[in-house]
Amino acid sequence: MRSIPAAIQAIVPMLSVALAALACMAAEAFREKDERMPIGGLGIVGLIGAAISAAFLWNGNTASFGVISGDNFGLFVTLVLVAVGILTIMFSSQVVDRDGIPAGEYYTLILFALVGMIMMATATDLLVIFIALEILSLAVYVLTGIRREDARATEAAFKYFLLGAFSSAFFLYGIAFTFGLTGSTHLDRIGSYLAAQSLSDNPLILVALGLLLVGFAFKISAVPFHMWTPDAYEGAPAIVTGFMSTGVKAAAFAAFARVFLSSFEPFSADWAPIVWVIAAATMILGTVVGVAQTNLKRMLAYSSIAHGGYLLVGLVAANEVGKAAILFYLAAYAITNLAAFGVIALLGARDRANDELRDYAGLWYSHPGLSALMTVCLLSLGGLPPTAGFIGKWYIFSAAVSAGYYGLAIIGVLTSVISVFFYLRVVVMMYMQERGTEAPRIHINAVSMTALTVAIVAIFYLGILPTQVLNLAAQSIATIF
Amino acid sequence: MAIGLLSISWLLPVAGAALLLFIGNADGRRDRLIRWVTLIVSIAVFAVTLAMWASFNAGSPEFQLVERHPWIPAFGIDYYIGVDGISLLLVVLTGFLTPIAVLSSWISIEKKVKEFFIFLLLLEAAMIGVFLSLDLFLFYVFWDAMLVPMYFLIGIWGYDQRIYAAIKFMLYTMAGSVLMLIAILGLAYLHNAATGSYSFDLLKLYTLDIAPRTQFWFFLAFAVAFAIKVPLFPFHTWLPDAHVQAPTAGSVILAGVLLKMGTYGFVRFAFPLFPLAAAYFAPWIAVLAVIGIIYGALVAMVQPDMKKLVAYSSVSHLGFVVLGICAMNVNGMQGAVYQMLAHGVSTGGLFLIVGMLSDRRHTRLISEFGGLKTPMPRLTAAFMLITLASIGLPGLNGFIGEFLIMLGAFRWDPRYVVGAGLGVILSAVYMLWMFQRVYYGKVTHSENATLPDLLPHEWGSVIPLCAIAVVMGVFPTIFLKPMEPAVTRVVERMQNVQTLRVQNVNVPNVPNDLTVRRR
Repeated sequence: MRSIPAAIQAIVPMLSVALAALACMAAEAFREKDERMPIGGLGIVGLIGAAISAAFLWNGNTASFGVISGDNFGLFVTLVLVAVGILTIMFSSQVVDRDGIPAGEYYTLILFALVGMIMMATATDLLVIFIALEILSLAVYVLTGIRREDARATEAAFKYFLLGAFSSAFFLYGIAFTFGLTGSTHLDRIGSYLAAQSLSDNPLILVALGLLLVGFAFKISAVPFHMWTPDAYEGAPAIVTGFMSTGVKAAAFAAFARVFLSSFEPFSADWAPIVWVIAAATMILGTVVGVAQTNLKRMLAYSSIAHGGYLLVGLVAANEVGKAAILFYLAAYAITNLAAFGVIALLGARDRANDELRDYAGLWYSHPGLSALMTVCLLSLGGLPPTAGFIGKWYIFSAAVSAGYYGLAIIGVLTSVISVFFYLRVVVMMYMQERGTEAPRIHINAVSMTALTVAIVAIFYLGILPTQVLNLAAQSIATIF
Repeated sequence: MAIGLLSISWLLPVAGAALLLFIGNADGRRDRLIRWVTLIVSIAVFAVTLAMWASFNAGSPEFQLVERHPWIPAFGIDYYIGVDGISLLLVVLTGFLTPIAVLSSWISIEKKVKEFFIFLLLLEAAMIGVFLSLDLFLFYVFWDAMLVPMYFLIGIWGYDQRIYAAIKFMLYTMAGSVLMLIAILGLAYLHNAATGSYSFDLLKLYTLDIAPRTQFWFFLAFAVAFAIKVPLFPFHTWLPDAHVQAPTAGSVILAGVLLKMGTYGFVRFAFPLFPLAAAYFAPWIAVLAVIGIIYGALVAMVQPDMKKLVAYSSVSHLGFVVLGICAMNVNGMQGAVYQMLAHGVSTGGLFLIVGMLSDRRHTRLISEFGGLKTPMPRLTAAFMLITLASIGLPGLNGFIGEFLIMLGAFRWDPRYVVGAGLGVILSAVYMLWMFQRVYYGKVTHSENATLPDLLPHEWGSVIPLCAIAVVMGVFPTIFLKPMEPAVTRVVERMQNVQTLRVQNVNVPNVPNDLTVRRR
């Protein structure tokens, strides 16, 4: 990294992914009709480049152009996003061929979305955050509807686009108010300006804060701004859903935490009660409505809403433990949820999504390996030891307890028991119900199987030996907040 | 780093499960091999637990054979395990019952044999881990991890209503335990507030001076988790379902070991960690225990299903254990621990033999049997012995525990003993009445006339159970001696704190008055 000018070092991970995206585009252009080309491989190379450069930047505290910061917080999220990207591309290797998704466009969009996500996680200026949000959102809207022949997917994409655009407007309006109040869009300057203000002198701060909150709440699908989530998640191809529910959430949360825990930190006493209510409502609604679902993707959509609620608990706690807990939880959740959606995607067929709960009846008898992997993912989502999800939840709730939010912690643990109920319904289907008809044997290619194995190993690793990642998370927050 | 006996005792079953995983058995050809491997592994684990006992210094109340390695240093979480007299015997009980559970599944488990035994071994590992843990975080991990294999054992290999029973079991237990998690986190936080570092170390947390109000809430969180597990009336409703639907091995383990985790939790965690709250709540818990004793016995009496009858008898017997703990004196506590072991052996045995009958006839209804003494005299003899042990006949294992519990409870408050004594009488009624209807008289159903008596693998499981029931009844000192120092220490710890508090009248913000007078 020494040979790279200091001024642009912080954007190297992003550049690496962007170059890979351009390479994918070019490859698609040069591809003969019906020629098979490992376009996804280009993306993986770019993502590995991003991971390596992020590792080099660790502890470097670099910054580029004053708006992108290579601090450990951003780099940690970058690494999570890279993991999400690599796993997504590996799962896609089977799905893209099977469903006839145009490979070049698909991988390009995935990679550009990742560029946006990484930018969002590392940006230190509200406008750059907004641009990043738009880069990732546009790519994800298209990805949602990439199977044009599927009416549900098209509907989902349109709905997602309309509501997403709506929320972007809120967010932009919030930026405008913030700029009007503080004269800057840069987070540090906003923070130092606000530190000297009081709410009674300047009630408009609350408006700016509220509008930004609404914008972020849309992106992390917090209640009551979650309406788009179940439809979009159900309609999109399973693997895209997995990508959205982990990548977008991680990026949005990183920016959310950065803005609210640094710039608006002086007013945390004012926003914490609001976020408290949102967190509680999100956890409760996500789990309670999740119980009633019969479509697996929709069920996991509600589950991911609930998980957003748990992350918000860390944000409310806002102490050292809470901030690190957000990062650890993001990593644990991203890998687990993506692996679960990976299994769903792999079990699908071109003409049939196979994502209804009853499609999983007796899966154990036809696909014992996949069922076992799915079970591990579900138990991790439910927060049972010894999996990543358990350590994540434990970390989040210990943050809440140490900050004195016993009520939130109790809501959290009780909703996670309810969520175990619906995760177990899938397990019941797979293991304890006989399948009426003979299930078609699905061949899983080596790349996807590797991805699944890696994810499962990671889930157990984070669940049994979490120390290193916990320490990394703790270091990451030490640099900025 | 060296691996001690204790680590081996729970890692060995995990290793055994991993080994089974690699035995290819898609078409069921290797079922035999898998059964033998599991049996050998579980016997080896039992041998390890016995070795543990052999190297245990029975005169000391300290935790022994301790192993400690940092696990998550940032939060003061250690891999910290050790045994004292109480946990040692429970670990040995687990090691003893698992081979019996394996034998009970020898032919009755026909489908997915490999997976069944994998889950059984994982369950054993988690149960042993629960008893060994001296770090609350580690304890919670094992406590929750134990749910998963049990859930699968009930849900896949159980009887008709298995799915309902499995989910109910899981959700009930989890709902209780997550609140305990909050209390555990709260304790670690209090430790941080007092000393500046997080710790989940049980021995350090024992010394923490916790405000009465906090004790009140934390005790409740722990107590509900354990009361559900025990199960204490009125939290017992999951138990009959789980027991009746579980396969025989599941019932044996469930009754023999799992329920003890609840009472063990009271002895090890809830009472000594929060002595003031314990003193405040003990009379109420004891009332629930006595209600449980009588209620369980009455409901057991009218059950048409043998397994359900034995399940309700567990509710009744576990009520005794809880009563003994609530007495908070050495007799009561010692009786409680003894009764845990005795109940593990006798109820395990009852479920085992009921399972044998159910395997032969595919029904567990008492009315379907009658006169079994003629075709199967040996099984009848074994059942007779276990029945008497369960009733508490002097000379057999059940007597010692019940006697000590009554003694302890009498020293505390004789009124409880009246209720408990009624339970003893009722237990004779329902057990002997069932015995009479099933085994005596003429053979009422012609199918029963030709039932085979004990098979070789059944001998293998019945003989050790009967032998240990007699040994525990005749030579109780073998078991009472190692547990005595540990029990005394637990009781002293509670009494010290309570007297300190009573002398220092300074008890602010207490919901009601926590400083009750103790005899």
